Amino acid sequence: MAAPTTPAEIGGIGHSVQRKEDARLIEGQGNFLDDIELPNTLHMAILRSPLAHARINGIDFSAATDLDGVVAVVTGDLMDQHGLAWMPTLSGDTQAVLATDKVRYQGQEVAAVIATDPYIATDALELIEVDYEDLPPITTPQQSLEDGAALIRDEKEGQTDNLVYTWETGDKGATEEAFAQADRVVTLETHYPRSHPAPLETCGILADVNSVTGQATIYMTSQAPHAHRTLFAMVAGLPEQNIRIVSPDIGGGFGNKVPIYPGYVVATAASLLIGQPVKWVESRTENLISTGFARDYYMKGELAVTDEGRILGLRVNMLSDQGAFYSDAQPTQFRAGLFHVVTGSYDFPAAHIDCKGAFTNKAPGGVAYRCSFRITEASYLIERLVQNAAYEVGIDPAEMRLRNFIQPEQFPYETATGFVYDSGDYPTALRTALEEVGYEDLRREQAEARAEGRLIGIGIAHFTEAVGAGPSHTYDIAGLKMIDSAELRVHPTGKAILKLGVKTQGQGHETTFAQIVAEVLGIPANDIKVEHGDTDHTPYGLGTYASRSTPVGGAATAVVARKLADKAKKIAAHLLEAAEEDIELASGVLSVAGSPDRSVTIQDIALAAYTNLPEGMEYGLEDVTYYDPPNLTYPYGSYIVVVEVDPDTGVWQVQRMVALDDCGVRINPMIVEGQICGGLTEGFAMSAMQWITFDDDGNCIGANFMDYLVPTAWETPRFELLATEVPSPHHPIGAKGVGESATVGSPAAFVNAVIDAVAHLGVRNIDMPVLPDRVWAAIDEAS
Amino acid sequence: MEITVTINGSDHASDVEPRTLLVDHIRRTVGLTGTHVGCDTTSCGACTVLMDGKPVKACTVLAAQADGAEVTTVEGLKTADGLHPIQSAFTDDHGLQCGFCTPGMMLVGASFIAENPDPSDDEVRWAISGNLCRCTGYMNIVKAIQTAAARVAESSNGS
Repeated sequence: MAAPTTPAEIGGIGHSVQRKEDARLIEGQGNFLDDIELPNTLHMAILRSPLAHARINGIDFSAATDLDGVVAVVTGDLMDQHGLAWMPTLSGDTQAVLATDKVRYQGQEVAAVIATDPYIATDALELIEVDYEDLPPITTPQQSLEDGAALIRDEKEGQTDNLVYTWETGDKGATEEAFAQADRVVTLETHYPRSHPAPLETCGILADVNSVTGQATIYMTSQAPHAHRTLFAMVAGLPEQNIRIVSPDIGGGFGNKVPIYPGYVVATAASLLIGQPVKWVESRTENLISTGFARDYYMKGELAVTDEGRILGLRVNMLSDQGAFYSDAQPTQFRAGLFHVVTGSYDFPAAHIDCKGAFTNKAPGGVAYRCSFRITEASYLIERLVQNAAYEVGIDPAEMRLRNFIQPEQFPYETATGFVYDSGDYPTALRTALEEVGYEDLRREQAEARAEGRLIGIGIAHFTEAVGAGPSHTYDIAGLKMIDSAELRVHPTGKAILKLGVKTQGQGHETTFAQIVAEVLGIPANDIKVEHGDTDHTPYGLGTYASRSTPVGGAATAVVARKLADKAKKIAAHLLEAAEEDIELASGVLSVAGSPDRSVTIQDIALAAYTNLPEGMEYGLEDVTYYDPPNLTYPYGSYIVVVEVDPDTGVWQVQRMVALDDCGVRINPMIVEGQICGGLTEGFAMSAMQWITFDDDGNCIGANFMDYLVPTAWETPRFELLATEVPSPHHPIGAKGVGESATVGSPAAFVNAVIDAVAHLGVRNIDMPVLPDRVWAAIDEAS
Repeated sequence: MEITVTINGSDHASDVEPRTLLVDHIRRTVGLTGTHVGCDTTSCGACTVLMDGKPVKACTVLAAQADGAEVTTVEGLKTADGLHPIQSAFTDDHGLQCGFCTPGMMLVGASFIAENPDPSDDEVRWAISGNLCRCTGYMNIVKAIQTAAARVAESSNGS
């Protein structure tokens, strides 16, 4: 790791500065959505469908309307009168706001009650009678695409089957040729199961529309407040200048708070119609059954390999379960997100990816759960395949990777599916992690244990992510280019305010983005206030997800700070009567080259910017930058997991977890390591227990935290963290983004470890979550 | 029904519906919003408060059950002497990210280290296993609770 260039009291890049966010949060003074109270606030509760697929023949809500305290009952018919029964999704589909014709998944929004008290609103739901006519539910994408399957989206013009999209990329001919030359083909069919980000705070809104002025102030758990303002303007037809979205403290997001949900639209419409603020905060069950699921990819991967263990090509067929509406939050031109990064960390010439999505009677979503648009699924598939290929060829899984890695001198490296990886040193990363874990000794212990009837497994995953969307030539969401921004003003006393287009959900932007400014200008990080989340008070940006805050918003921050540094040098030249090109700026001191005693501080400059300027210069020390990244960034890492599997029960325990991450330059090492530990835990969660599943009638099994298991401290493994630091060559401070690396990379490491424990029996796949009964069944079947 | 709950040392007399949950009473009637709601099933612990010194999940206690009880919420951790050691340890050891689980974690931690002044990693993990965190992976929470325990022990040895 490079040493910090600023002293600790300035707290620039590389210092583990304590978080500014903490002071309010440890005293219960955070300001989360449900903490916000406005006078005369009404409360909304949503009636949801108990059935997965049914026609609505009528809704009788008269008894609910009559209940004391109920102000209004909103149905799809009422929304339809205002043109709001349907809304566009982020993937170009439409989604029902409140069902008018039929319900298409369990938990779908059918009606809403607005009342003076949240308890009364919930009571009133019980008094609404809906006349449902059962329709056959479709619960798998395979069923959905069968001939004669019931049509889920019968309202959609031109839709004659349940196919959502087809999408392919890569070179089919070249891939066929590669397979023709292969000594063997290694195949893996596996399901990346439906999961849910489940941030501890659920989603919510407090909509306050002034019916006289038309001003809509919308407090919302939003990871992307600016984009949401624009989308609200487009959907509701409200003038954009009259919409102010305020995203307050957010209790975790992980992708769950990227989409616009029907409840937001209903609450806003209700506030407009009633003329009072309307608050809606999801229950945990609503959160799990209706908002933003993730994954649900059925994948078949084939790897063409030689007997020497060289990979020649990759073929992938993928079928995704999209639920009832296609609402993946992803860049417009990619129908399966960045799934085509599936070639991973390996150098081979040919790949072909063929994707298909199907509607089912399940909740929509397809959010990137701590992930850059489906990269988690991709990374999982290639790392599982490479591990299996090693078994088939008969070489060690670590050696298999080392033989196929893209080499450091090959960067920039264009993959077979068109990503241009900017930098990396994969062999060093993997060798460092292998050494730390004591790989060779572990393999010996594994063999000895096997002789005693004990099952030890060592799983490796070496992931490469593609994050920081993204360059305007390729990346947009709903037409909006995926740039981001920073606005910086230094005040006369030398204290600064930095305003961001991105929005933290716990990542610590108020601290780390101040550190970037501290690094460039030398103003102490603690003298820099970071503002974000309020669209009226921050510059435009696409928000925080897909690990894009540091790659894009962080770059904008560095660039705007450099603009101010340039002006500061001009002012310093004036104050010191020196030539501008002779002024050097280091740790907040501007001095004349060669005469360090002739100097002024950045605080002197700040005052001069408002009091004493060179002739003709505009007053102030302030600027804004909109940053359009030239490329994505490519963080990577080597993860190694050691497990012991109980052959009698299938229960597995993690013995070791070594995680090496290269996220380029680390702005705040403490925060980076915190992000990695959190991400590893979510990776462990998906591999071991988290699962949103359904019965054959489309009932969601996993609708609360008793059935949807997220790990507690007791199950969560201890992690041993390592780092290398290859800076991104194109990012202004060499950072790459890190919030999602560990969630992307670690599931394959955990699953590979379990498979490795039983691979000698011939087991090559156990689908996630790798539950003990599945392990036991795999052992039983193999032996 | 009429109840009086002592919250962070102040008596709060109110007329509540019998079905009112303690967490709603604390948040909406008394107006202390540091206690959070993360689930409806007593699973996540975001709503944890101390009732007569013991951690309870305030989403599964009726306000009526707290009649006459002493309740401590996150807002009551700090004293005239300053932050509770668990609060400063959470900051020092980066034991929080989004901060939503933090009040519950700190209250469980504070109550736990009062009974176990030198806990092992496993003991802390077991003690907080009724509280979920989605951000940190727990490592730094465990560390923060151990740090707080050590600081409490140190200050009581010194006095």
